[in-house]
Amino acid sequence: MADIAVARGPTRTPFLARYNASAAQALALVAVALFLLAFMVVPLIRVIMVAFADPGGGFSLVHFGDFFRTSLLREAFWNSIYVAAMTVVVASLIAVPLATILARFRFRGAALIHTLGVVPLVMPPFVGAVAMQLIYGRNGAINLLLMDWFGFRIPFMEGLNGVIFVEALHYFPFILLNLSASLSNIDSAMEESAQNLGARGFTLFSRIVFPLALPGYVAGAALVFVKVFDDLATPLLLNVNAMLAPQAYLKITTVGLADPMGYVISVIMIGCSLGAMALSALVLRGRDFATSQRGGGGLSRRRLGKWGTAGAAAFVTLALAISLSPHIGIFLLSLATVWSFAVLPDAYTMAHYVTIYREAGPLIGNTILYCGLAGLIDVVLGATLAYVVLRTRLPGRKLVEQVAMAAVAIPGLVLGIGLLRTYYDVKLPFSGESLATFWFMLVIAYAIRRLPYALSAATAAIQQLHISLEEAAENLGARKLSVLSRIVVPLMTGGLLAGFVTSFATAAVELSATLLLVARAPDAPLSYGIYVYMQSAAGRGPGAALGVVAVVVVAIATYIAFKIAERERGLKSRELF
Amino acid sequence: MTRGVTIEHVSFGYGATAVLEDVSLDVAQGEFFAFLGPSGSGKTTLLRLIAGFGTPSRGRILIGERDVTGLPPWSRSAGMVFQSYALWPHMTVAKNVAFGLERRKLPRADIARRVAAALDLVGLSAYADRRPAQLSGGQQQRVALARTIVIEPEVLLLDEPLSNLDAKLRVEMRSELKSLQRKLGLTAIYVTHDQEEANAIADRIAVLDQGRIQQIGAPTELYDHPANRFVATFLGTANLIEGRIANGRFVGDNFQLDGVGGPDGPACISFRPQDIALGSAASGTAATVTAREFLGSVVRYELAMSNQRITVDVPHRRDSEPHAVDALVGLIVDPKQMTVLR
Repeated sequence: MADIAVARGPTRTPFLARYNASAAQALALVAVALFLLAFMVVPLIRVIMVAFADPGGGFSLVHFGDFFRTSLLREAFWNSIYVAAMTVVVASLIAVPLATILARFRFRGAALIHTLGVVPLVMPPFVGAVAMQLIYGRNGAINLLLMDWFGFRIPFMEGLNGVIFVEALHYFPFILLNLSASLSNIDSAMEESAQNLGARGFTLFSRIVFPLALPGYVAGAALVFVKVFDDLATPLLLNVNAMLAPQAYLKITTVGLADPMGYVISVIMIGCSLGAMALSALVLRGRDFATSQRGGGGLSRRRLGKWGTAGAAAFVTLALAISLSPHIGIFLLSLATVWSFAVLPDAYTMAHYVTIYREAGPLIGNTILYCGLAGLIDVVLGATLAYVVLRTRLPGRKLVEQVAMAAVAIPGLVLGIGLLRTYYDVKLPFSGESLATFWFMLVIAYAIRRLPYALSAATAAIQQLHISLEEAAENLGARKLSVLSRIVVPLMTGGLLAGFVTSFATAAVELSATLLLVARAPDAPLSYGIYVYMQSAAGRGPGAALGVVAVVVVAIATYIAFKIAERERGLKSRELF
Repeated sequence: MTRGVTIEHVSFGYGATAVLEDVSLDVAQGEFFAFLGPSGSGKTTLLRLIAGFGTPSRGRILIGERDVTGLPPWSRSAGMVFQSYALWPHMTVAKNVAFGLERRKLPRADIARRVAAALDLVGLSAYADRRPAQLSGGQQQRVALARTIVIEPEVLLLDEPLSNLDAKLRVEMRSELKSLQRKLGLTAIYVTHDQEEANAIADRIAVLDQGRIQQIGAPTELYDHPANRFVATFLGTANLIEGRIANGRFVGDNFQLDGVGGPDGPACISFRPQDIALGSAASGTAATVTAREFLGSVVRYELAMSNQRITVDVPHRRDSEPHAVDALVGLIVDPKQMTVLR
């Protein structure tokens, strides 16, 4: 080794090695990107192009002018904003006290509040809406009692109030869960060191607790706003048509695909969704402290006094009763012979379950097929994308990830319209059926909309996977594929399974894109079936019975996802690092 | 078959930041070699380059006679023990150890026999069916070691393997590691930032700082004959006195020393606290005692000699009278104990 005249040339690494990637990884990234391009980006661009096109094909704002000149659409626009904003307010009135009670006080009902955090989510709002009409409506149980006893009614369900009430009851858990997570991430030492330096009372709250809890609240509130803004089925079922989503749906389904107004409304809806997300990102910029702390463990909890306990217990009981009322209502409706102008049903029967047993088999079968496939696609795409993003330096990988995550902000209705517009004229070979109304398009729409959940789950799973676990395998002679199959995939199973179940459960109750894309009754999934049944007075019973089935399916799936996540955390806490 | 490692003019960087610059060294077959340096010195990066995690931007790496520079990690036989151990939590201890052998497509009976032997070697035969999470830190460390040596690597790479253990266990494991390496005749490269650990375990040490090799040598050689100021201060305590050499004589502020060789010019002399004696103020260069610590076997004095601070260790004898703080003392210097640094 005395002769040290060795090659001192420039790097000899081949093209892909520069990005720390293999050809298979690069190919996988391209495949994911193409999927998103074909079924999300292009349909969206089509929607936007139609909205901005004049009859001759040039650029024009004329349709937007028409939109704001039409008084019905102006009203719909303000109604949508008002409903989404008021829902955030009402949901906050329920969620913020609950989160505070949970975080600040030693309270025996804590487990109850945790249950409250998921119970509303297992019931799709359009299912609950009908039950809530019967309980809180003008001639519902509560108002009948109020009328009998006190001689007045409360217009819970009149017009927009109904939408706000139903949505707030369904979506307040998003605020509760996010805010609770933020609060429990605050290390008690943060508060104690502030106390130690002389802060207490309001100063302590406004300078330490509030700023640290804000990110969670804002994230939850923005999510609620966006979700409510793009919900189509609830206003339709409550017969509130003067909102953006129902207007777009009605334009497309009654006037036709060629009417530009549906596209204009779509663009406005995307704009509002993105605006809400951007606003929350702006508020949160540089403030997401949760990840920078380890452990946390939450604020120190105080014991409540006698009156405090009573007050808290009363609030929790009331919140629990109200958030369970749609569940109880739908259950009673599914067993009722007739339930109208009465506090409770007139008599009970199992006939509706017999009906759906005879008729609803295909609906349930379709839901399992569509949502199972969508969940599978999401897990594969999510895991692939997360792995490529975290483990390679391929150019464009961040962009693909951001596009995939942006699906959160795209209303299902808009995606449905875009897919219809883009693929309506594409005919399938052999059958000649339109690709847009082929059942697999529903699977794709579900997969696109649920991809952000699966992607976050996969990203979290890989982030917890210390890279040295993979390096150790390579060091002992394992090639990339063998590292994937023996080390990465087995260790990610829990996270991926949780992602699959979440995708499945939320897709099972999605209705916005479903309403647009289902062309034939035999292709319809469960959510569509419930909607159709609920349209007629005679169908309400079987519709409710189907709703109960849906709630049970989603509840079981959610429970499984929760158990998996819990077991994962258990494994991780005994982790080596 | 264990082999030596040759690193020739290796440079490496992330983007514009250079992590390693023109590093060259030879590790002999069967030698226990250590990379010693502060965090950010590039020592772990250099170890990872030998394992194949990253490719040098310049230079080559040879294991034995074979140039492995462009080879992927799985095509080398450079077994690495990770700082975090990197045990796979979904596999049992035996499965972890068998992994590398399975990749080498050995017959099943062979694998079982060699896994058993490796676990026996590290004293964990009874734990073969446990999960890594059910073991203590020291046991996990042994599994990581067994998993690596079972493939009979050409070179054993150890990335701060003891840093996650408590102090007592660290000293125990250190001597076990050394005797295991001797027994198996393995070439081993050990990364650490702890100079005591490196001195105790290594035949030779390469001291790294800011991506460059500062000095290579046996522990005593580095300690007694540091090549520069960094090595002198990083390995143990050193007194550095800045000045210049003129006509075989070193001249600093208030300090002069005859019998120093080398060409004229700016220089620095370095000596250890125990290489200097204290006498009466008249017996040598005068200095004032500013602080005193009794450490048991020695008394450590902090002295001030005009602007210069000097640390001196005086062996403690039973009932000997220490110098008082503020006392004036004389430094008795032996030129043979001095190292001249440029």
